[in-house]
Amino acid sequence: MSELTSSVAPPYPAFSDKLKFYGIWVAAALMLLVLPRIFGSGGALTTFSLIGISIIFSLSYNILLGQTGMLSFGHAVYYGLGGFLVIHAINIISANKLPIPLPVVPLIGGLTGLFFAALLGWVSTQRSGTAFAMISLGVAELVASSALILRTFFGGEAGISANRTKLMRLFDWNFGPQIQIYYLVAAWTLLAMVAMYALTRTPLGRMCNAVRDNPERVQFVGYDPHVVRYLAFCFAGFFAGIAGALAAINFEIANSAYLGAIQSGTVLFSTYIGGVGFFIGPIVGAMFVTVLSLSLSDLTSVWQLYFGLFFISVVTFAPGGITGLLMMHRPLLKGGTLGKVLPFYLIALIPTFAMVAGLVLAIETVVHHTVNPGDDPNIRAFGINFNASSPVTWIVALFLIVAGFVVARKTWSWLARAWDDALTTARDRGYHA
Amino acid sequence: MPERSRLISRGWCVVLELIVISTLNGVLFGILLFLMASGLTVIFSMLGVLNFAHASFYMLGAFFGFQISRWVGFWPALLIAPLLAGALGAAVERFGLRQVHRNGHVAELLFTFGLAFAIEEIVQIIWGKSPVDFRIPPLLDFSAFTIFSTNYPAYKMFMLLVSIIIFAGLLVALKKTRIGLIVQAALTHPQMVGHLGHNVGRIFMLVFGVGTALAAIAGVIAGPALVTQSNMAALLGPILFVVVVVGGLGSLPGAFIASLLIGLVQTFAVSMNGSLDGAFGPLSPAYAQTWLADIWGVTVAQIAPIMPYVLLVLILIFRPMGLLGTRDT
Repeated sequence: MSELTSSVAPPYPAFSDKLKFYGIWVAAALMLLVLPRIFGSGGALTTFSLIGISIIFSLSYNILLGQTGMLSFGHAVYYGLGGFLVIHAINIISANKLPIPLPVVPLIGGLTGLFFAALLGWVSTQRSGTAFAMISLGVAELVASSALILRTFFGGEAGISANRTKLMRLFDWNFGPQIQIYYLVAAWTLLAMVAMYALTRTPLGRMCNAVRDNPERVQFVGYDPHVVRYLAFCFAGFFAGIAGALAAINFEIANSAYLGAIQSGTVLFSTYIGGVGFFIGPIVGAMFVTVLSLSLSDLTSVWQLYFGLFFISVVTFAPGGITGLLMMHRPLLKGGTLGKVLPFYLIALIPTFAMVAGLVLAIETVVHHTVNPGDDPNIRAFGINFNASSPVTWIVALFLIVAGFVVARKTWSWLARAWDDALTTARDRGYHA
Repeated sequence: MPERSRLISRGWCVVLELIVISTLNGVLFGILLFLMASGLTVIFSMLGVLNFAHASFYMLGAFFGFQISRWVGFWPALLIAPLLAGALGAAVERFGLRQVHRNGHVAELLFTFGLAFAIEEIVQIIWGKSPVDFRIPPLLDFSAFTIFSTNYPAYKMFMLLVSIIIFAGLLVALKKTRIGLIVQAALTHPQMVGHLGHNVGRIFMLVFGVGTALAAIAGVIAGPALVTQSNMAALLGPILFVVVVVGGLGSLPGAFIASLLIGLVQTFAVSMNGSLDGAFGPLSPAYAQTWLADIWGVTVAQIAPIMPYVLLVLILIFRPMGLLGTRDT
């Protein structure tokens, strides 16, 4: 008996493991507290708030995609409905002078998301796999189109707005300045992160993983995969509602774009680019994609194209996302063979960058000739000036693409070989993951 | 008395006219949907991947058709544009999807999703965001016949004719030729077909190319009749996916029924002007400012865009596998 328990139950974590585990969360909390002291400008605070909202939203999406294996094209429905209800709630609360302070208002958004997920989720989660993806798309279109018909509630194209500062004050904060909104978002982000991490450790979280990996086996064990998917869907809707509520509070407006396909696509992008295989993946993705979309839009007018191409290359070459890519190196790092691979990375990156630069040059040239053909051909993209009309530019672009591609193929195969050797050595030394 | 009966008969004529015209338009829209849904369904059955970018190839077909008809005229464009789009589709399968295949079905679907996103951006860069001036060829710019008082354009009959010819050709190719036989076998038993020495990879590429070319044909012939704009893929894509889910994923007859059903439902809804307001009288003024007024005042024509999605939800409640679907994915 005792032999069985010792082999089945995981060992009680050692004190150092516990310290490491709680240390990460305490460090995250401290970082959130200190961040505005380091980067205190208004723009930085807005960016941080957007990242926090995106983190909650992406993590909620990963409950579906990463943990339960449901690819949704309509997750923004619950985000948007949470946002709309919160704007209405703020208006009602301030009109009736109800004793509800702003920090608890996001909970209303969460409950809205939960309510609609519970309502629409049962139908949506009937099927899994590709059918679920299409159904989520259809339901999203249904809600988004209905929002344009119900003009009184959703405010039509313009949306509805509210004033967040008119609510009951807490600690003499009126939540007018961005710094106070930052702390509100940060607190909710931390809370939601802890809650969603805890969810992955519950029996339900484990059943979600089982439904993702082998739904037939789950049925044999006596669970209904549909119910498990439904519960995961409800939780995802709840946290998406919180994210939407925070976004609505941040902008003091909710419009039909909140519910739309673009919002659903953005959360899919950030979750997948970050990596669906690890809990931290969507967090990384949310930071990366938010910063990328804010900075790329300053650099070039067709940033969405680059964004789409980047996503395609992540899907093709790094299906584990950024975190998946980093985690691949863990056995090498532990086995001490990472040093053998790094030089090959440097060699492979040079032609790859050349190819990317050539592509960018070609795209920017084409854009110049199709979007604004009459303008001055000396254009500027990514901080570099060049003449879009001169044949030299075209030849350079063509050369970079072709030569870069040929050389990159060669160097990446070298890298792959070095990688295999390093991994074998690391495995021989006993480091598998 | 004769005066009154004439009025009544004229009223009947209006209703009859509406029904005939809407049926014609609905069947036409349904056939167009099926041109796309058939390719999508065959690709799905064979490769196991739902091509999210399928509607994008429809859009590419329309824009290629527009551009080529500017250079060399509409009739060559009708042939060249689908061939171009089909070649592009085959290239996407060969150099894109086949690489992504080892990363699993989710990655494949996401690859086509990213592709749809990128194609829309590229079309916007090349042709701009506003509609392009893609006109009906002058040869077909007359009215085919007159029903009661409506002139029915010849171009729409041409669209119908082209679609039917293509389906007849495909049916013959699928049932009577050797390649059709292999394709049919590869639909259900790809491994076995491979064991027998056929190049399954090439068949997949061919099917993907033909499927996207079909979507492009739909684009070329629908382009002049509808609006050729960079958002046409995003508008039609979700309806297309509703069609394949409602019909039952992987079922061609199901896709056919669902295409016609959705085509008819939507066209009939557009032509109806009734609302709850009209049926039950105006709402009492006490509610006039609330959200109830929106529901009360909305006409059937206004909710036509959401009809396919309502149908989807209803089908999922009563027949989760779709109308003729048999397998889970």
